[in-house]
Amino acid sequence: MTTADLFLQQAINGLSLGAMYSLLALGFTLVYGIMELINFSHFNVFMVGSFVAMVTLQMFGLSGQDTILTGLPLVGVMLVAFLASMTLCGAIGVAIERFLLRPLRAVKGPAAMITTIGVSYVLFNAVLLSIGADSKNFPNPLPPLTFAIGGAVLRLREILIWIISLVLMGGLTYFVQFTRLGKAMRATAQDPEAARMMGVEVDRVVMTAFFVGSALAGASGMIFGLYYNLSKVDIGFAAGLRAFTAAVLGGIGNVPGAMVGGVLIGLIEALSGQVVGTAWTDVIIFGILVLVLVFKPVGLMGRVAPNKS
Amino acid sequence: MSRDGSLLLEFTNVNTYYGDLHALKNVNYTIGKGEIVSLLGGNACGKSTTMKTIMGIVRPATGTVIFDGKPIEKLPTSERVKLGIAPVLEARRLFPRMTVYENLEMGAYTQPRGARFSEDLERVYSLFPRVKERRNQLGGTLSGGEQQMVAIGRALMARPRLICMDEPSMGLSPLYVEQVFDIIQEINKQGTTIFMVEQNANMALSIAHRAYVLQTGAVVLSGTAAELRVNPLIREAYLGELKVDVAA
Ligand SMILES: Nc1ncnc2c1ncn2[C@@H]1O[C@H](COP(=O)(O)OP(=O)(O)O)[C@@H](O)[C@H]1O
Ligand SMILES: [Mg+2]
Repeated sequence: MTTADLFLQQAINGLSLGAMYSLLALGFTLVYGIMELINFSHFNVFMVGSFVAMVTLQMFGLSGQDTILTGLPLVGVMLVAFLASMTLCGAIGVAIERFLLRPLRAVKGPAAMITTIGVSYVLFNAVLLSIGADSKNFPNPLPPLTFAIGGAVLRLREILIWIISLVLMGGLTYFVQFTRLGKAMRATAQDPEAARMMGVEVDRVVMTAFFVGSALAGASGMIFGLYYNLSKVDIGFAAGLRAFTAAVLGGIGNVPGAMVGGVLIGLIEALSGQVVGTAWTDVIIFGILVLVLVFKPVGLMGRVAPNKS
Repeated sequence: MSRDGSLLLEFTNVNTYYGDLHALKNVNYTIGKGEIVSLLGGNACGKSTTMKTIMGIVRPATGTVIFDGKPIEKLPTSERVKLGIAPVLEARRLFPRMTVYENLEMGAYTQPRGARFSEDLERVYSLFPRVKERRNQLGGTLSGGEQQMVAIGRALMARPRLICMDEPSMGLSPLYVEQVFDIIQEINKQGTTIFMVEQNANMALSIAHRAYVLQTGAVVLSGTAAELRVNPLIREAYLGELKVDVAA
C-alpha cells in the first residue's frame, strides 16, 4: 500500500468508527438537551447492547466468523439482531429514567448524575457476573466480499455499518424535525416551562429521549461487535468517553453536532493511529476535549440546551 | 361581576409559597365569561406567580382555582390547556430556534390536526399579516413586537376560552403597544375571555372591564376600570404611569 492508500484505508475505518460514535453521542446529547443531565449509564447501555446483539446472533446458530449467510437470511438475521439490541436497550433506558431518575427530577444538584454513574456500575457488574470478564468472539455472518478503491479495501461490513447508521440518523432527523413528539422535544429543550404551557407532557418527552438515545446506543453496540469481531464487559468506558467527547465537540445538546462530532472523532482516532501511533490516540482525543472546553465551550456547532427560566 | 353574569375563573383564598417566601397571600379573584380583567401591580408583587398558578406551573399551598365550575388546582398543566386556558408568556418566550410556523404548531399542541388547524392558522394570519410574512423565520430572529404577535397567535392556536397574558406591553415600542392592545380587544370581542397582568396601568385600564391591584402578594384594591382610573389611591400609591399621565 502506498501512503495515500493507507490514509484512504484509515479514512474508511474512521468513518465506521465515527458512525458508531455518532450513534452513541446522540444519546448523550438528546438527554442533555432536555434535562441538562450527563447520563453516565449510557456507557454501559451501549455495552449491554453489543452483548444483546451477540446473543441474538448466536441464537441463530452463528458463532465466530465461520458461518456465512447471504441473501434474505443475512438481511433477516442482521435486522433481527439490530432490532433486538435497540429494543432491549431502549427498554433499559426507559426503566432507568422511569424508576431511578424521575423520582430525583425535583432534586437539585448532582444527585441524578451520580445515580447514572451507579447504574453504569450495576450494568457492568451484572454483565461481568453473568458473562465474564474475558473477550467474547462476536459472530459475523457477512460474506467476505471486498471492493478495491485504489489500494484500499472496502468491505461489506463497512457498507452495512454506513447504511444502518445513515438510516438511523436520517430517521432521527426526520423524527426530531417533523413529527409532533419530535417538535415537542425540541421545544422542551429550548424552553421547558413554555413547552409545558403549550400542553406538552414533559414526562413523555423525557421518556422518549431516553428510549431513542438508548436504542441508538444498542445499534452502536452491535456496530462495535461487527467492527472489532468481539465484545467485552469493559468496552463501554473507552467508547463512551469518546462518544461523549464527540457530543461536546459538536456542542452538547445539538443533534447534528453529535453526528458530525462522532464522525470527526472516528476519523481522528483512525488517522492518528496511522500518523503518530495508537498509543497517542487517547491523548489526542482527550486533548481535543480539553481544548474545546477551554476555547469553545459551546462546541463547534453551538449549544442547544434548555433556556434557564 | 361579569359580562353575562357567569364566572369562568375563580381564585378563592389562594396562598402560594416559594420556600419561605409567601408570594400570594390569600388572594381572591373572579373572571367572568367574556371579560377583560387586568391585574395591576409593580415589580415582584406576584403577578407572574398568579399566572403560573392558573397554568399549574406552581401549585398553591391552600385555596381553590375553579375554571368553568371545575376545580383545576390539582390538574397538570397539559390538562388545563386542554380545558381551554392558554398563556401569552412574560417576555414572549417564543421557541427561539423554531420557525414562526412551528411556534404556532406548538400552540396547537393539544388540538387535533386537520381542517381545524388550517382554519385557526388562517385566523391568526388574518389578524397578523406580519406573522404570515415571517412564518419561515426562526422565532429568535424577530423584533419584540413581531414576537408578541406570534406569542398571541400561538395562544389563539389552542382555541382557548381564557387567555392569560403576562405583561403584553413589556419592552414594546409605544406603536406596538397600541397595536397589541387593539388586537387584545378584538380577540375579546370575538369571544375569548382575557386575563391580563400589567405594569402599564394606563394602557391596561383603557381596555379592561375590571381590574385588581396587587401589592406584595395581596389584593389591595379592585373595581371596574372606570372606577380605578379615577381612584386617587391608585394615582398616589400604585400606578406611576397614571400619575404621570394625569399630571401631563
Ligand atoms: N421560582 C421562584 N423561586 C423563588 N422565588 C420566586 C420565584 N419566582 C418568583 N419568585 C419571587 O416571588 C415574588 C413574586 O414574583 P413574580 O410573581 O414573578 O412577580 P411579578 O411578576 O409581579 O414581577 C418575587 O419576590 C420573586 O422574587
Ligand atoms: Mg412578572
